[in-house]
Amino acid sequence: MIEAELSRSVVRWCPGATGATDAAKLSGGASQETWRFDIVHPEGPIGAILRRAPKGYGAAPTRAAGPAAEARLMQLAYEAGVPSPRVMHVLVPEDDLGTGFIMQRIEGETIARKILRDDEFAAARPLLARQIGEVLAGLHGLPLSKLPELRHMTATKEIAEFERDYRSLEWPKPVFELALRWLRENDPGPSPEETLVHGDFRNGNLIIGSDGIRAVLDWELAHLGDPMEDLGWVCVNSWRFGEIDKPVGGFGSREEMFAGYEAAGRKVVPSRVKFWEVMGTLRWGIMCGGMMQRFREGPDHSMERAMIGRRVSETEIDLLRLLAPRGS
Amino acid sequence: MQDEPTPPELTKSVSDFLRNDIAPLISGHQAFKLRVAINMLDLVTRQLTLEEGSDAAEVTRLRALLGTDGSVTELNRVLSERIAKGEVDLATPGLAEHLWQTTMDKLAIDQPNYASYKRELSRDG
Repeated sequence: MIEAELSRSVVRWCPGATGATDAAKLSGGASQETWRFDIVHPEGPIGAILRRAPKGYGAAPTRAAGPAAEARLMQLAYEAGVPSPRVMHVLVPEDDLGTGFIMQRIEGETIARKILRDDEFAAARPLLARQIGEVLAGLHGLPLSKLPELRHMTATKEIAEFERDYRSLEWPKPVFELALRWLRENDPGPSPEETLVHGDFRNGNLIIGSDGIRAVLDWELAHLGDPMEDLGWVCVNSWRFGEIDKPVGGFGSREEMFAGYEAAGRKVVPSRVKFWEVMGTLRWGIMCGGMMQRFREGPDHSMERAMIGRRVSETEIDLLRLLAPRGS
Repeated sequence: MQDEPTPPELTKSVSDFLRNDIAPLISGHQAFKLRVAINMLDLVTRQLTLEEGSDAAEVTRLRALLGTDGSVTELNRVLSERIAKGEVDLATPGLAEHLWQTTMDKLAIDQPNYASYKRELSRDG
């Protein structure tokens, strides 16, 4: 049934298109859905992706940039040569599809464990840490004057938000307390330079092909802040998927990522990267705690949600490895 | 006193049945959900087996560290407050060892295959 709305939409803005077929939902939370479909065209089908908040879910959660901003950022990234899908259409009320946008479908893999283990990606893997540095440098270099309205974040604000989220769980966690103290004591202050920050740049949110990074996805947590945040988040141990000696997404070393970043003309501050890695580890731990709460209080009573709640201890051991390493 | 088999023997028996007899029969999303369910039962089995001993040891360490008594939850609340206030930190004798042991005991139940845990376990020799 979504194909009827998609068909009416594509014929309005895609010259030559006659309809839409093969629509299938790829993922869907309560507020964001992703669908794949093909635009029917006399020159052959055009692969497309719909990303939308269904009708009735107009209000974005406080941290999300919103679909219009997300589309604008992806388009700016695409135009600047940062691997990103081309945005084809931003939804309007006549589309009757909710709020969101339609973009070009890029073939490749996003499942982190496959990227780290399958032969198909063996040649690409050793290149990815450096490529991640290059891509992040491009992303951080997007001109501020062209960016949509985004929230401003600093380390100090972020610590306060995490502390509030953690305290609301009413769940005494000595390791989290230790991490919060460490973060406050090591808060590097406002970044000397404020840039666009992707906010969720990690293994799992990248489309990878045998040739390397093809697209950066999930821009909904984009904001303005310290560019080193993205370099720290991509190193959080949870995104290494078992390859714990390769900090950058399980692909390679920090030095390779830093070299790629600096070759593209930007400066790395390693102490800030380390700070944001600790922050990111705590962030994922608190998010796991939130999953436990949502499981218990509803509406999502799934087994998967429950089991993510039992992954908090993974972030506790990773925080201890960062803050109180044993006999090195 | 309840009769036997014990709870962990019962949950293990259900988990073995699902893994050996049901898993081969299904595929796709249902197979994924079944794997999650089996992992969940295995976690419960480990907790039923290990929790009593690790909680008792944790309480003993917390009493010595804090000089006060209470349940494992109450003592964790006191420790959390003292760390938040800066009264206890990594320079406090015994704190790092306590947090490490407690966290290792949690991982032994939650995620014994987590790579960081296996690395630290090999360090313990």
